[in-house]
Amino acid sequence: MAPHFRSFILRRLAAAAGLVFVVSSAAVVLARLTPGDHLSEFELSPAQIAAERHRLGLDRPLFAQYVDWLGRLARLDLGESTRYPGRSVAGLIGERVGNTLMLGIAALVLATLIGIPLGVITGRGRADPISVAARGGSVLLLALPPVVLSLGLLFVASRTGWFPVGGLPPDGDAATIVRYLAMPVLSLGLPVAATLERLQSRAMADALRHPSVRAARARGISGTRVIWRHALRLSLTPVLAVYGVITGTLMSGSFVVEYVMTWPGLGRLLYDGLIARDANIVAGCAATGAAFLAVGIFAADAALAAADPRVAEAR
Amino acid sequence: MTRSRAAGASLLLLLVVSSIGAPVLTPHSPLRQFPDFENAPPMWPHLISANGSVRRPFIRPLRMVDRLERRFAPSGIEVPILWFRDGALWSIDETDGPWLPLGADPLGRDVFSRLLYGARLSLSVALMASLAALLIGIVVGGLAGFAGGRVDTALMALADFILVLPAIFVVLSLRAAMPLVLSVSQVFWTLTLVLAASGWPVVARGVRGVVSAERRKEYAEAAKSVGASPWRILQRHLLPATTGLLLSLETMMVPAFVVAEGTLTLVGLGFPVPAASWGSMLRDAWQGSAFTDAPWLLAPAGALALTVLAMQLLGSTAPQTVEPSK
Repeated sequence: MAPHFRSFILRRLAAAAGLVFVVSSAAVVLARLTPGDHLSEFELSPAQIAAERHRLGLDRPLFAQYVDWLGRLARLDLGESTRYPGRSVAGLIGERVGNTLMLGIAALVLATLIGIPLGVITGRGRADPISVAARGGSVLLLALPPVVLSLGLLFVASRTGWFPVGGLPPDGDAATIVRYLAMPVLSLGLPVAATLERLQSRAMADALRHPSVRAARARGISGTRVIWRHALRLSLTPVLAVYGVITGTLMSGSFVVEYVMTWPGLGRLLYDGLIARDANIVAGCAATGAAFLAVGIFAADAALAAADPRVAEAR
Repeated sequence: MTRSRAAGASLLLLLVVSSIGAPVLTPHSPLRQFPDFENAPPMWPHLISANGSVRRPFIRPLRMVDRLERRFAPSGIEVPILWFRDGALWSIDETDGPWLPLGADPLGRDVFSRLLYGARLSLSVALMASLAALLIGIVVGGLAGFAGGRVDTALMALADFILVLPAIFVVLSLRAAMPLVLSVSQVFWTLTLVLAASGWPVVARGVRGVVSAERRKEYAEAAKSVGASPWRILQRHLLPATTGLLLSLETMMVPAFVVAEGTLTLVGLGFPVPAASWGSMLRDAWQGSAFTDAPWLLAPAGALALTVLAMQLLGSTAPQTVEPSK
């Protein structure tokens, strides 16, 4: 491993850890500063409220609560939920984290499998029917954010009966899960596929003008090989650089899709926690989400540095 | 101006005109409920009458024929559209039933009227928020780019931190940290602030880049050497260089914020009932999935998509004009 690469990786790892720490701290503090807590909705006597707040440690100074939370986090204990009494936040997250991961990864794979090859084809700058259709489709899909697309697909699904209209049965076999996954994945993945297609297309067009590619052409290498071997490799750098950002996009989109299509994931849990003023759920979900985000950004950075060593040297 | 930009500009013009002109362009109040017209289908203007002759535009009013199945049928009458009457551009004599150009929602309200009035709320909150984000971004970015050093590092670290987070969660957490039940105008200003808080880092990053690059150029040095104050250099020489960048950022932020309003209101953290915004219409349609039987309830989703498309087309050629020095 090149020394540049190693120090680059170490620095990015530190940044990832820092991100998780800062996000979860901000979430803990924000959730405790929020006016009202889960008790304000119940008709309890002031003494009862005080006793319950004391039991949960809510009457202690903010800083002490925060230190407490950090200490428990080190033991992977995220506290108990008030929204779902008697449940631990870690257990609630454990139930749903797989669903969100499945949705996000499937959408990312779908977007990559559609977006990158189409981008290579449109990036050649020819006006064949596939290119024209792909380009038009992308422009259209980019105007359909997940909130619009998920409602539209929900309509199609319920009209045609081809796919279930949301939710996920708890103990489904693989075939059932795929059927329930289809609509959410399309809602989340198609706009990302369009983004990737546009980026790949532009990167491809740039790569085809690169001296090394022109040199390869001049040596008599066939057009197909130049495009799929030489130019594609060159064009991957700017595209890989976006994958970190796309992790965030997928998480934003995932929240909407989970809500509209009642997909039992982390985004929906965070939302329930926010509405019910359940500080432990909010903090736990924020920490988990930040960890995913950090892993996504780190993986993208590492892949970028592996594909283009100059990236590691520059920083 | 390229063809796609012209298309984007015309779409945008259409959106702006229909939201500003809502009181004149809509046949009804967005809040008025028509009993017996719940989920009524659209009533398009017709030109060819039942006997095959061409007439001036008319409407075939519908009436409910089956309450259980919510079935509607034309009443057989042809009511001509009246122009410029009672302060409305178009309307009909409604003795034989109301004109609902895009149908009615589950509460019997006119979808067309709600769509146009909703555009006012949805577009204005996005516009306000994007202007606020520009303002914050210019101040922070200008300061960072001009001051350099530690101020620059600290401000940009903060901007990068917000930038890296998924935007909807920033907006969601900030909004949820406020009281959940607010009035329409409170929600308007809350959303403006919350969206601006999530949007300013992009602006600050861009402005900082331009300012710190321009600061070292000859003309800025020249202004400094003849004794211009730092404030004057920033205001008269450096910030004008960011105009192209700000315009292209505006075409990115407005559609993002329109979608954000739609999302937040859809999940119940935006405008309260019965206010008409695109998000609240989507929420009404989504709850109980009413739109499976009444696809016209998805009209605001179309309006959202149209807004995003318009701004994308408008900004489509911007990158080259933004970075002339590159």
